[in-house]
Amino acid sequence: MLLGPALGVSAILFSIGVLGVLIRRNAIIIFMCVELMLNAVNLSFVALAQQLGTDGQVFVFFVMTVAAAEAAVGFAIIIAIYRHKETLDLQNLNLLRG
Amino acid sequence: MGMVVNLATPAGLFWGMLPEIVLTGWALALMLVAGWRHGGEEDQRFAGQLALAALVSTLFALWWLWAKDARPDGIALMIALDGFRYASSTIFLLGAIMTVMLSLGYVRRERIHTPEYYLLILFATIGMMVMSAAADLIVLFLGLEIMSICVYVLTGINRRSVFGAEAALKYFLLGAFASGFLIYGIALIYGATGTTNLTLIAVSITNLGLQSNGMLMAGIGLLIIGFAFKVGAVPFHMWTPDVYEGAPTPITAFMAAAVKAAAFAALMRIMVHSLGESIGTWQNAVWWLAVVTMLGGNLMALAQRRLKRMLAYSSIAHAGYLLTAVVSGTETGAAAYLFYAFAYTLVTLGAFGVLAVVGRNGERDVRIDDLAGLAAKRPWLAFAMAVFMLSLLGFPGTAGFMAKWYVLMSAIEADQWKLGIILVLASVVSAGYYLPVVMEMYMNQPITEEAHQESVAVGAGRWVIGATAALLLLIGFFPGRLMDVSRSSSDDLKPSAAFTLNAPTGPDAGMASR
Repeated sequence: MLLGPALGVSAILFSIGVLGVLIRRNAIIIFMCVELMLNAVNLSFVALAQQLGTDGQVFVFFVMTVAAAEAAVGFAIIIAIYRHKETLDLQNLNLLRG
Repeated sequence: MGMVVNLATPAGLFWGMLPEIVLTGWALALMLVAGWRHGGEEDQRFAGQLALAALVSTLFALWWLWAKDARPDGIALMIALDGFRYASSTIFLLGAIMTVMLSLGYVRRERIHTPEYYLLILFATIGMMVMSAAADLIVLFLGLEIMSICVYVLTGINRRSVFGAEAALKYFLLGAFASGFLIYGIALIYGATGTTNLTLIAVSITNLGLQSNGMLMAGIGLLIIGFAFKVGAVPFHMWTPDVYEGAPTPITAFMAAAVKAAAFAALMRIMVHSLGESIGTWQNAVWWLAVVTMLGGNLMALAQRRLKRMLAYSSIAHAGYLLTAVVSGTETGAAAYLFYAFAYTLVTLGAFGVLAVVGRNGERDVRIDDLAGLAAKRPWLAFAMAVFMLSLLGFPGTAGFMAKWYVLMSAIEADQWKLGIILVLASVVSAGYYLPVVMEMYMNQPITEEAHQESVAVGAGRWVIGATAALLLLIGFFPGRLMDVSRSSSDDLKPSAAFTLNAPTGPDAGMASR
């Protein structure tokens, strides 16, 4: 039914997420863009599941679980770096370089 | 024909996943122990010993399954039971065992008093084993995430180190970014073929003639990008040196050896098992990736003056050599991968082990010049380091040479002459940064009288360095046995013809047929 448009929206959302990761400099906003990418993929899975059977809908749960685990670990790491540097701007995180 | 396991029954699934279940049980027990006893050095040491026991008993469970030659009843739907899984899981477990052994002395010296350190190594190893065992893209994705999330934390486990925190943040952001590409690739492959099972994907592609299907091509492309990030292939490598530099040195060794080997095991299984018949869709992309990674990694390593960063770039170059084995898309390539990954795990653990001995405070500031005169003061340590450097270079008489030769053979067998020549040229370039390390140790005098006084390998770390150096030489001179194992472990990686020709594709035969 709506497969084409749904996949198109999902591709657009995914691209916005990728662009955000590449352009933005704040760690939390980059992480939000990653979440946007994962949710764009979820939209694809749901849309495809309409045609291909329920497998796709089950995958969405796995992706959501993984995204939640990633968020827990990610924010812990973000807090750890904030305690050291008091900034989340990636341009100021440049201790490690060649 | 060995033991046949019916994976559709709970009992069959239990036997089929026995190594993972054993390790998960141990890890949960260790989590309780870490919760009760997280005081000081003694508790940390106890956790390390428990982790070692866990990994060794898992190895025996795995080998029991291997000795029984367990095979699935019909096609593997979620979990594969084949030689490739057993051999690659053995490599990860050995890597994890040596990492724990290196860590025992290291965490004491660097005052990292967190028993979770060992716990996370165990969970990461479970993730790797699931990855190499996955017969379904979703299981593979879960294994990859179990591994990655643990390794993000391990990178920043030293809470006092701002370098560790920065490395963890960079690794986490780029790792999550890569996961996004990977899962989108899986979604598109699912859309094109109607399945995520690795065998059924191969069946669908052949039966429905999807070789030039746009959705499938896009899916494979995104999948390759995701994996390229994970293994640190150029041009997706920018996180690698920073992360390897900031992490505690045993963890760096773990990432460079086991994590990379696991990502390659999964990539190899997808490429050979599912997409081996439609090699035309992806071979060119991986070919270019291999060339750029080999040349880029080696050239950038030439410019490094600090040992830890140099080893990080060298590991990028080695990802390029392993990609060469992937390009062939054959079972010989898979066998070459197994041999190479084993040798590379040994050499990486050994080299970072030496680095941990000669450096302090995270070992970021050890320059190659600082090794001057090590041979005069610490002859055995210098000898071991020389073996590691020559093996990384691929010098005849070491395991590294046989591994590179095997990869070269797999490329030539697949008619990839140009790639083989580029591999040899890249190896010649790499002599420009491996040999100076050896020369500094043997040709130059120590900078001061007091130099290398504290560079003494102690405890289990000494065993790791000694055993890896000895094994590398042993394999270098007598590679036959390991080659036989690599070959026999990967000779059933391609789906058998009976499945590809006759297996039904199920009610949902994919988008392309509609």
